[in-house]
Amino acid sequence: MDLSVINPILLVAALMSAATPILLAATGELVVERAGVLNLGVEGMMIVGAICGFAIAVETGSPLTGFVAAAVGGAVLSLLFAFLTQVTLANQVASGLALTLFGLGLSALLGQGYVGVKPPRISDIGFGPLADIPVIGPILFSHDPILYFGIFLVAGVWAVLKFTRVGLILRAVGENHDAAHALGYKVVRIRTLAIMFGGACAGMGGAYISLIRVPQWTEGMTAGVGWIALALVVFASWKPWRVLLGAYLFGGITQLQLNLQGAGVAIPVEYLAMSPYVITIVVLVVLSADKSAAPGSLGRTFHASH
Amino acid sequence: MIQLEKRPQPSRLFAYLTPLLAVLATFFFGGLLFAALGKDPVTSIMTIFWEPLFGEFSFYYRPQLLIKGAPLVLIAIGLSLGFKAGIWNIGAEGQYVMGALFGAGVGLAFYPAESVFIFPAMVLAGAFGGWAWAMIPAILKVKFGTNEILVSLMLVYVAEQFLASMSLGLLKNPEGFGFPGSRNLQQYASAHNAEIFAGSGMHWGVVAAMIAVIFAYVLLARHRLGFAVRVTGEAPRAARFSGVNPSRLILFCLGTSGLLAGLAGLFEVAGPAGQVSIDFNVGYGFTAIIVAFLGRLHPVGIVLAGLLMALTYIGGDIAQSQLGLPAAAIQVFQGMLLFFLLALDLLTNYRLRFGRAEAA
Repeated sequence: MDLSVINPILLVAALMSAATPILLAATGELVVERAGVLNLGVEGMMIVGAICGFAIAVETGSPLTGFVAAAVGGAVLSLLFAFLTQVTLANQVASGLALTLFGLGLSALLGQGYVGVKPPRISDIGFGPLADIPVIGPILFSHDPILYFGIFLVAGVWAVLKFTRVGLILRAVGENHDAAHALGYKVVRIRTLAIMFGGACAGMGGAYISLIRVPQWTEGMTAGVGWIALALVVFASWKPWRVLLGAYLFGGITQLQLNLQGAGVAIPVEYLAMSPYVITIVVLVVLSADKSAAPGSLGRTFHASH
Repeated sequence: MIQLEKRPQPSRLFAYLTPLLAVLATFFFGGLLFAALGKDPVTSIMTIFWEPLFGEFSFYYRPQLLIKGAPLVLIAIGLSLGFKAGIWNIGAEGQYVMGALFGAGVGLAFYPAESVFIFPAMVLAGAFGGWAWAMIPAILKVKFGTNEILVSLMLVYVAEQFLASMSLGLLKNPEGFGFPGSRNLQQYASAHNAEIFAGSGMHWGVVAAMIAVIFAYVLLARHRLGFAVRVTGEAPRAARFSGVNPSRLILFCLGTSGLLAGLAGLFEVAGPAGQVSIDFNVGYGFTAIIVAFLGRLHPVGIVLAGLLMALTYIGGDIAQSQLGLPAAAIQVFQGMLLFFLLALDLLTNYRLRFGRAEAA
C-alpha cells in the first residue's frame, strides 16, 4: 500500500469530473420534484442518454452533438413517464420503475453495435496560461465544457427558482397543485415540461459517463448513479446549491475509492466499490429526520376533477 | 376531446380486462419492434409464446416454465404485500442474492458431509439472509423515516459487490483451478435442490411458491393482517384509526418479501444455477416487480403473470437462438408490458367521455 501515489490536487480535479453525471441528473430531478412529481426513472433516462449520446457522437464525430442527442433522448423517454403519470394518471412510483426497466432494455438494444467502439474525445476548454497556475489551475481551469455547464446549470436553476415568475409558478404547482389549478395554471402542462427538463438533464448525465468518464459503451454502465442522484435530491433538501455540494461529496467518495484501489489498500476491491452506496444510505439516514423541505404535492396524482 | 370522469367505484370488469389488453397491446407494439429489427413479427411472437408450450420441443421447455416461474412468483408475492400497503421494496434483487449467499454458505460449510438436515438448514439460512437484508431498509424506515425505495435499491448494488467478493474469495471452489465461483451444489447430494419428479421442473422452489401463494391468499382474504395491509394502502389515515400499527406493518411487509426473495435465491443457487458465481443472478428481483403489477397484486394473478413472464424468458431464449433476436429485445418487451398495464389501468378507475366538455 502506498498512499503517497494519491495526489490531492488531481483527486479534487477528478472528483469534479466524477460528480458531474450525478450533478446533472440530480439537478434535473430537483426541478421535477419541485414541480411535485417523483420520477424514479432517472437511472433509465441516464442509460438511454448514455447510449444516444454515444451513438450520435460516434456517428457524427462530434461529442457536443452527442450531448445534444443525449438530452433529446432523455427528454423523449421522459415523455413516456409524463404520459403515464400526467395523462393516464398512473402511480408515479410504478411508472418510474417501469421507465428504468424499459430504459435498461432499450439502451442494451440500441447499443449492440457500439460495444468496444472508441468515442471521439471532447477536448478541455483552453484557458491558456490560467491552467498552468499551480493548485488552482488543475482544479478550476482544466476541464471539459460539460463540467462547467453542469455548474452553470445549478446556478441557473437556483436563480430561476428563486427570482423568476416561472420559478414561482413551478414551485406553486409543486407545493399545492389544487391551489395552482384554481389560480388558472396549467398543472399538467407545467409538470410535463419539468419532467422533460429532468429527462434532458439525466440524458446528458448519462452521456457524460459514456463519453467522458469511461469513454466506451457497456450495458448497464450507469450502475446505480441514477439512484444516487435521486438520493442526492433528498440529501440536498430540494435546494440547488446543496445538490452541487452533495454531488462533489459523492464524487469525492467515488474518486477516493478508485484511488485507494489503485494504491493497493488492504481492503478488498469489492468493499471499496460498495462504499458509495453504503455512504449514500448513511447520509439518507442522517438527513431523513427533516422532511419539512419536501414539496407539498410530491408524488401525488393530479386530476382537475378531484 | 376525450374527458376523464372518475368512477364512483373501480370497475371490476376492467380490473380483470386490463392485463389482457396490456398483453395484446404489447404483442402489437412488440411485433412492430421485432419488425423494426428486421424480423418477421408474427414468427417472432409465435416463437416466443407458442413454441415453448406447443412446439416440437415443448416437452423440454414446459418444465422450464416452472423453473423460471417459481422464483418470479415467490418474489412477486412478497412484493405485492408491500405494494398493496404503499411500502415499496424495490431491492428484492439484493435480498435474492443475499438469500443465495447465506443458503449456499451454510451448505458449503458442511461439505463434504452428507445429511438430510443440510438442505433444510440451507433453506432456513436462505430465508434468514433475505429477511435480514430487507430488515435494513425496514428498520431505517421505522426508526428514522428513511425512504425505503432508495435504501433497498442501494442495497442491491452492495449485495452484488458481496456476491463478487464471495465468489472470488470465501466461497470460491478450492478445486476450481482458480476460476471464480463456488463448488457446484448440484454435485453435492445433501445440498442439491433436485427435481422432486425427474423431468417435471418441479423442485422445492416451486413447492415454496405454491405455499406462498396460498398463504398470501388466505392472509389477504381472511386474516386481520391482510386487512391491515389493504386498508393502509387505500386509506392510511383510516388505517391508523382502525388500530393498525404502521411500524409493525412495515417490518412485516418488508420482512416477508425479503424472506421470500431470499428463499427464491437459495432454491435457484442450489438448483438450476448450481453455484455461487458473479453472474448467477438473472434479474429475477426486478422482473418480479413487473409480475406483481401484471398480476394486479393478487396472489392468483401473480401466478398467471409469473408463468407469462417465464414464458417470455424461455421463448426469448428460443427466439435468440433460432431467429437471432437480441436478448435485450425481450427486456424491452417486458418493460413495454408494464407500460401498457399502467396506462390502461386508467380504465379501471376512470370512465372515458368522448365529445366536448361542458363549459367550465
